[in-house]
Amino acid sequence: MQQLADSLLQTGFLQGVPTEAGYALVIAFFAFVLLNFIMLIAGVTSWLERRVWARIQSRVGPNRVGPQGVIQWLADGIKNIMKEDIVPAEADRPLFKAAPYLAMMGFFATFAVIPFGDGLVVADLNVGVLYITAVTALVVVGILMAGWASNNKWALLGGIRSAAQIISYEIPAGIAVITVVLFTGSLSMQTIIRAQGWAPWDWFLFANPFLCIASFIFFVSALAEGNRTPFDLPEAESELVAGAFTEYSGLRNLLFFLVEWGNLYVIGALYTTMFLGGWQIPPITEQPVIQGVLQFATFFAKSYFLVFVAMWIRGTLPRVRVDQLMTLCWKYLVPITFANLIGAMIWFVLFPNGLAIMRFAMFALGVAVTIYFFSRILFHLRRARPRLRLNPIS
Amino acid sequence: MGYFNNIRETIRTIFEGMAITASHLVREPYTVQYPDRIDLPIQDTLPFRYRGLLDVDLEICTGCLACERACPIDCIVIEAEKNKQTKEMILRRFDIDLAKCMYCGLCSEPCPTGSIHHTPEFEGADYSLESMVRRFVKAPIPAYKPTKGPETDPEIAPLLTRGLRYLDEFASPGDSK
Repeated sequence: MQQLADSLLQTGFLQGVPTEAGYALVIAFFAFVLLNFIMLIAGVTSWLERRVWARIQSRVGPNRVGPQGVIQWLADGIKNIMKEDIVPAEADRPLFKAAPYLAMMGFFATFAVIPFGDGLVVADLNVGVLYITAVTALVVVGILMAGWASNNKWALLGGIRSAAQIISYEIPAGIAVITVVLFTGSLSMQTIIRAQGWAPWDWFLFANPFLCIASFIFFVSALAEGNRTPFDLPEAESELVAGAFTEYSGLRNLLFFLVEWGNLYVIGALYTTMFLGGWQIPPITEQPVIQGVLQFATFFAKSYFLVFVAMWIRGTLPRVRVDQLMTLCWKYLVPITFANLIGAMIWFVLFPNGLAIMRFAMFALGVAVTIYFFSRILFHLRRARPRLRLNPIS
Repeated sequence: MGYFNNIRETIRTIFEGMAITASHLVREPYTVQYPDRIDLPIQDTLPFRYRGLLDVDLEICTGCLACERACPIDCIVIEAEKNKQTKEMILRRFDIDLAKCMYCGLCSEPCPTGSIHHTPEFEGADYSLESMVRRFVKAPIPAYKPTKGPETDPEIAPLLTRGLRYLDEFASPGDSK
């Protein structure tokens, strides 16, 4: 983006503006565009999640506002904005008011390094992955602050649970990221994508068994870090009313939900970057604009598929208990991910340039598992003899 | 090797569970959007024994007070007295407070004729609690007296048939139908 800012300052319509002011303008413009983008993503995700979830439970879901309810999220948003913003009398006012913005900041800052295309990235930091791991930890501060400042038992419990959960799951997530970094030799998001290819067998997901295991561990830990079901203990409705967000109303409550649904997309984007080849497209066109659009579409489709998988998991798995959550992290994910890292190191020493046969074998295995999975879906459909309706939004 | 078994079981069960939910995702939803109009009035699509608002067929009420005794929250109030000369029961009052009723169905089980029964009607919202008390007896009327053999009165026979069918469809304890 710096080149763009420079070129705008030299030749474009920002000519004559002082350099720093020009940079600030460009930064503000991209921040505005991205903020609107994630609002849209989070909103549409909230509607789609409710529809998908409803269909999994044989319900219909919200279908009243607009065609098939597509602007339900707009109605919800407007309703929340117009509601009274209540601060409890005994609450710690400054902290209570600041908490949603801190959570929002930690989540929004990740978008600075998410690569939507070859040149479509706000800042290609050379420590991109590390940066994301660092700034997402700011969400913990926001949630813990919200729980503490609400002066409410449930909120405090939710906040503490959230802190314990996110800090624990940073470890397997971080080690899984290191496994990828081992094979690229760089923390930059763009370098990680360029180390992969457009074809599925060039993705890191199928590069070798260790990266495949790391990808699953990363996805599970990322779900836990994003407070998603089955790890949504911080806001467990059945036990804690709404957890850390119990006392929040109006716009501040909305911001927390924005963070939750937006985080889902960040998880998908990170996973796509590290394991699914990011924006890589087959070399079919030389046109930079068409290329950019195709790259963006590829990246978006891949990351949104993972958002859909997260919704699907939410419709499938029940919430785990706190002790189960900690057992899963410390007894299973952490040892497995460390063993996996050592295995990946040995693999890297043995085959520094990768092993083509293993790529194709892993890809074939992936296809076989997918086919078996679809056969299981068909089995359950045949056994229930239902009327099919393949249109997911009706 | 409980440890590795746990990992294997986790993967296997989540795989299978995801397949089951995915098969539900493409099925037809079971639910119907309630205020939408469908071909039939929605009350007609409900089962015969649906527990909606309570109704009483006064023509076949024997005035035995079994329902009043059965009601666990006393929302049924009946006043009946015996006429000394004609030896027949006179119903003076039969009130059901639907604001209190919890639709448990215990009143309609002991009814000998199926006079008190739930209807499929469920839209009972109102603005005041007083108006939710249904008063069935407008003026004192004699209670129904069961006849020996089949009922002959053409006005009462269909009501009685319906009431007995209603009683028949109770699942008796231990019956799995």
